[in-house]
Amino acid sequence: MQNKDIKRLSLFLLFAPFALWIILLIILPHIGMVILSLKEKVAPRVYEYSFANYLEFLNEPIYWNTLLRTGSMSLLVTALALLIGFPIAYYIAKIAGPRSRGGLFLLCLIPLWVSDLIRAFGWILLLRETGVISNFLQWTGLVGAPVEFLYNDVAVIIGLTYTVILFMIVPLVSTLDGMDNSMIEAGYNLGGNGFTVLRRIIVPYAMPGIVAGCIVTFMLTAGSYLTPILLGGKNSSWFTEQIYNQFITRFNWEGGAAFGMLLLLFTSLVIWLGLKLSGQTLANTVAKS
Amino acid sequence: MHFKTTVAGLLAATMLAGAGAAQAETLRLLTWGSYAPEDLIEKFEKEYPDIEVEVTFSNNEEMIAKLRATGGAGFDLAQPSHDRIYAAQLEYDIYKPLDLSKIDTSVMEAKLLDGVKANTTIEGEVYAVPHQWGTSGLMADKTKAPNLKSWADLCNPEYQGKTSMRLKRTILLGTAFSMGEDPFAAYSDLEKYQGILDKVADKLIECKANIKAYWNSGDDLSAMMLSGEIVGSETWDSTAYKLFDQNENIVFVPPKEGALAWIDTFALPRKGKADDAAYKWINFVLRPENVTAMSSSTGAIAAVKGGQDLLPEDKKAAVNAAFTPEDIDNLKFFANIPPGVEDMEGRTLEKIKAATGG
Repeated sequence: MQNKDIKRLSLFLLFAPFALWIILLIILPHIGMVILSLKEKVAPRVYEYSFANYLEFLNEPIYWNTLLRTGSMSLLVTALALLIGFPIAYYIAKIAGPRSRGGLFLLCLIPLWVSDLIRAFGWILLLRETGVISNFLQWTGLVGAPVEFLYNDVAVIIGLTYTVILFMIVPLVSTLDGMDNSMIEAGYNLGGNGFTVLRRIIVPYAMPGIVAGCIVTFMLTAGSYLTPILLGGKNSSWFTEQIYNQFITRFNWEGGAAFGMLLLLFTSLVIWLGLKLSGQTLANTVAKS
Repeated sequence: MHFKTTVAGLLAATMLAGAGAAQAETLRLLTWGSYAPEDLIEKFEKEYPDIEVEVTFSNNEEMIAKLRATGGAGFDLAQPSHDRIYAAQLEYDIYKPLDLSKIDTSVMEAKLLDGVKANTTIEGEVYAVPHQWGTSGLMADKTKAPNLKSWADLCNPEYQGKTSMRLKRTILLGTAFSMGEDPFAAYSDLEKYQGILDKVADKLIECKANIKAYWNSGDDLSAMMLSGEIVGSETWDSTAYKLFDQNENIVFVPPKEGALAWIDTFALPRKGKADDAAYKWINFVLRPENVTAMSSSTGAIAAVKGGQDLLPEDKKAAVNAAFTPEDIDNLKFFANIPPGVEDMEGRTLEKIKAATGG
């Protein structure tokens, strides 16, 4: 009896900080956002409840086009991060010796010690018309005049992929690490070639890691602000920029709150679809790795 | 016995600490980057040892957003531009009226003081006094773009891919003036203003092909201009003056339609806690010996009598290279923004950014 009480108390004590964190910092602000997004300004300092902000989103193609654009570019970045990150993770987990493994992992981590802003400026220095790459190409004689690599969607995709790829590599390494090498050997012994082994043994085994990495990178990309703003050009709109504009430039907090909720719903929907299509669940992907 | 003295000692220490904290006042400034130079803060704190200055750098829009979030708490002195007070106060109630008897208004340039007072008086109470003023206009590399004289020249195909602008309300207003409209006069008739904005949007969307990129901050504008990637841009005068220091061919060009003039002000947030310290700071930075130090940091002209003469030498040279007396007469001061205009302008800016003309 007493034992049970102590158990219950310890569970409560352990759980309390987490519950407080979730309630105070996640749930309450979101409820506030939902309430704010349902208000409509009818006159200075006078507000009414309505769905006007959400209807405005539907009626204005600029907004949902930007959201779709943000979503599709984020998916592209996620796919690129997976394509580039998988071989790196495989090398670290399976091929590299135990001593170089730590070093390689550290090399992947180091860029994260520098803030997003500095990393974006790094890309600006490389890509701009008078930047390192343009000057190098002119020096080698490959091009005759300065080339502008900055201020376009390709620059945004490069910058974002670079920023998020680590969040793809880490879950992949930890899943691949748990894979028994004899499974791969068995695949080869049974007559499989490299591609079959990859397709039928390694990828299915790594699937939880792949899905977890994809979810994290997609969320981070769709919600990023600095990189698309700094590297993007005159036509590159990003949905977070729309939210900022609503809040700051137009003083329209109600509209901004509605956009924030829409971004959350949209990304959640994409992830739900992705889980359905890949036949995975949150429990055996993110929670596991 | 021993225990008791310890407790008493602790109590005394706590009380002392409490008293100390009550004495040292904190002045929380919400202002523009470079409007609170380190040397002036040190001098102020030496003169008033019981006041500690804490600075938060911001811009017009973010200042209003920050104060709106708390209903005017968290800061003791804010410095929005003169056109950003009236509507913000009406809509969000974030400022409190000034006690003009505590400010030495006799040192201020009368024309600017009256202008700001007229713009920021609500129900007989004055909400702001001027601090620094400057202009928005054009910047050009004389050797590469000698004919950049009008807002419309940013869209001149002669400078294809070599110009820039900030996608904010300044360029909307400038472009409207270059099309022969008077946007400020249209503020009283919002339907007419929407008509002007639509025309401006069409023009700026067409112009997109001519623009290299929209700049976001003085730093990326400076980098593009100094590296020669662009030859002309819409700009703040202070940014142009800073570049003039490094390359004498880069000058500020008041557009022939008239440079747009802004006045940054002093305003008290509604729930500010250190009003006296705020008044002390206002009077302190308006003293002639401090004006020069302030202007050398901000690059703007102080709103005091003879403010132009109090500029540091290098800034004076840059101003003289840019402005003729006629240009000064031709200045267009930003008119008070009535409620709702920012929303209309924001919508227009979104439309321009999203258009894929260029």
